[in-house]
Amino acid sequence: MTISDKAKTLLSEFSGPLEKSTTISKIWIFFLVLLIAWGMVGLYYQVRYGHVVTGMRDHVVWGIFIANFIFFIGISYAGAVISGVLHLLKIEWRKPFIRIAELITVIATIIGPVFILLCVGRLDRLHHLIIYPRLQSPITWDVLAISTYLMGSILLLYLALIRDFAIYRDSPELKVPNWQRKWYRWLALGFRNTPEQNRRIEISMQLLAIMIIPLAIIVHSVLSWIFGMTLRPGWHSTIFGPYFVLAAIYSGTGVLIIAMWVFRKIYKLDEYIQDKHFTYVGYMLLVLAAGYGYFTFSEYLTHWYGSEHWDMEVLHKLFNWEEYGGLFLFANLGGIVLPMLIVAIPSLRKPGWITFGSAVMVLAMWVKRYLIIVPTLETPLLPIQDTRVEFVYYSITWVEWSLTIGGLATFLLLFTLASKFVTIIPVAEMSETKAESVHLKMETT
Amino acid sequence: MENRKQTESRDQSARRDFIKIGLGTLAAASCGGGLCSCKGKQEKDTIELLSPEGEVIEVPAHHVKHVHKTVGVSREEARKGIPGRKFVMVIDLGRCKNARNCITACQKMHHLPEDKEWISVLLMKDSEEASPYWFPKTCFHCDNPPCVKVCPVDATFKRSDGLVLIDTERCIGCKFCMAACPYSTRVFNWDEPEQPEEIQALDYSPETSVPSKIGTVEKCDFCPDMARMGKLPDCVTACPNGVFYFGDENEDVVTNGSETVRFSELIRDKSGYRYMEDLGTEPRVYYLPPRDRLFPWERGLDDLSDDIKDRFKDVLEDI
Ligand code: SF4
Repeated sequence: MTISDKAKTLLSEFSGPLEKSTTISKIWIFFLVLLIAWGMVGLYYQVRYGHVVTGMRDHVVWGIFIANFIFFIGISYAGAVISGVLHLLKIEWRKPFIRIAELITVIATIIGPVFILLCVGRLDRLHHLIIYPRLQSPITWDVLAISTYLMGSILLLYLALIRDFAIYRDSPELKVPNWQRKWYRWLALGFRNTPEQNRRIEISMQLLAIMIIPLAIIVHSVLSWIFGMTLRPGWHSTIFGPYFVLAAIYSGTGVLIIAMWVFRKIYKLDEYIQDKHFTYVGYMLLVLAAGYGYFTFSEYLTHWYGSEHWDMEVLHKLFNWEEYGGLFLFANLGGIVLPMLIVAIPSLRKPGWITFGSAVMVLAMWVKRYLIIVPTLETPLLPIQDTRVEFVYYSITWVEWSLTIGGLATFLLLFTLASKFVTIIPVAEMSETKAESVHLKMETT
Repeated sequence: MENRKQTESRDQSARRDFIKIGLGTLAAASCGGGLCSCKGKQEKDTIELLSPEGEVIEVPAHHVKHVHKTVGVSREEARKGIPGRKFVMVIDLGRCKNARNCITACQKMHHLPEDKEWISVLLMKDSEEASPYWFPKTCFHCDNPPCVKVCPVDATFKRSDGLVLIDTERCIGCKFCMAACPYSTRVFNWDEPEQPEEIQALDYSPETSVPSKIGTVEKCDFCPDMARMGKLPDCVTACPNGVFYFGDENEDVVTNGSETVRFSELIRDKSGYRYMEDLGTEPRVYYLPPRDRLFPWERGLDDLSDDIKDRFKDVLEDI
């Protein structure tokens, strides 16, 4: 297969991490492995002694694991946005970070469900989900939706990678060990850049891009219904589906911005990821923040105005400084107001600031998930009359922290390892940018 | 030892004509050698037992250790329900004085540790002006059970006789049912359950709910194992004040052990109601409002350990 000059230059520019590891990257990986090891210690304790080592008890039956689960599935929307929406709208500037986004999607969709597994008391019986499935349960919906979404995302990522694998395979300049090249050969599936092969990949990707949007919507809807379907104050809400979907797209976009900024720094991508791209994505962020803020406002306003007894119990906890007031304020200021202000004020509409706003927002979104789970579970319909403090209030134990940090570290590690195996910039797609835009122009005229 | 004591104390109570045998594990029966060695002694004194394989076997009485007083039906059988029955419970709030006998009897019956309560007695105060009252809470065995709806593996199920049971050998411990239950009825085995070895060695049945298993959910089961023997659940018989009426809606009869009444009349005459009817869960437990009280509610605070009294401090502060 002949490789275009453009692809050659791109490859030589970005093949660094594939060929050798820098000391910094080795230290980074070692650091991540340490964190994961800590998570493993936590996992050992939880498996060995049971869930008693977590802060979860009979009232607060789920804790930060479920918050992490929603969080990771939320950030997986980074790829869904890019490869779905931006792909369909044929927005050219998405190309440099398309792979970053799709890697985030796939890895986050793998890590997220691990956290729901950590809430399961009998991991040895997981196969019961398959041998005794019950379609009425939102958990079954989740299993179906998430596994389909994961498969879709993996395919989308892989389809785009096939052409790159072929390029790696046929580039003698790329200095990688033999086994690695073998993998490339194998993964390239005999791609020879024939028009027919290209057409097939194009069509498949187009189809998947269309499918990934409804899939993403389904995933977060059924996830929200785990809560929405129960009769609990603060959960039993009809807007939970769209609210969660929007929150997920929002946090996914936030993570995308952070990734753009980080990779631009590390790989010196200034030429490809320009300031104007941050501004574009920033505008998206603004719109999403407004939508998310609107949902939040409407959710709490209706509860407060209607002031049913149980809704008020939960609201009082959220608005009480001694309980969740501080966190709630942070979730709303950091998660809604701050990103909007940053993008709205021209002098702050800079990559650094937008990234900062996104980082605070992503953290605030995690807090928000926590605030959806815990205060509601601490407010059952019948009063908790118990003298065991841990049964009345939830508090996060070191085991839960270690597993949370371990999960995050696994996410970063998988990402780092992936970036040593494939270029972080889609070489094939980038080298076609010109051609495609010409093609597009022809189509429109 | 402890188990024998349990059996004894139960035998003392009035209508305790049932089992001499109880059921149990026969430590000796499983190892033939043990049986032979005792031959000659008390050969006449044998009892019949149902082996796990379903055969009736005869063994010398002194080889039987009273471990648990009932043997549950198989896990498949336990899903079906007792034909023709529709169990129902009525709890008379006017009679409860928080004696907590129901709680301890239930704990004994199911070999639960002290801090695990399948029945709890709450101190309720419905509004500013209302007088407090004691509120015993079992599982409501709802006809529209939110817990059953959400279970992903059909581990908790609704039977034809109205009971909602859990198969803890199928339960994966996702706790979704606990989140879904509006009445906080279910409890989870957060660590290895504290139960004597001979209890842990019993054959599990969803009807006995014994033994407990780590990482799974359990709750009040309305003692269908007792019902199969024509007995009342232990909470009903243990209550000194006859708070609990248990019976069959099909037959329209409920009894609290000393008094047997028509279910429909009781509900009609004493304005029976179901707790939080508006949730639509359709509980099988009815309450009679706390009127014509047998005791002033304060009596329920007598003889309580500080620890338990502490539970009610929020309500007590309000008064
Ligand atoms: S905890 Fe067990 S019984 Fe409850 S929903 Fe999960 S699998 Fe079903």
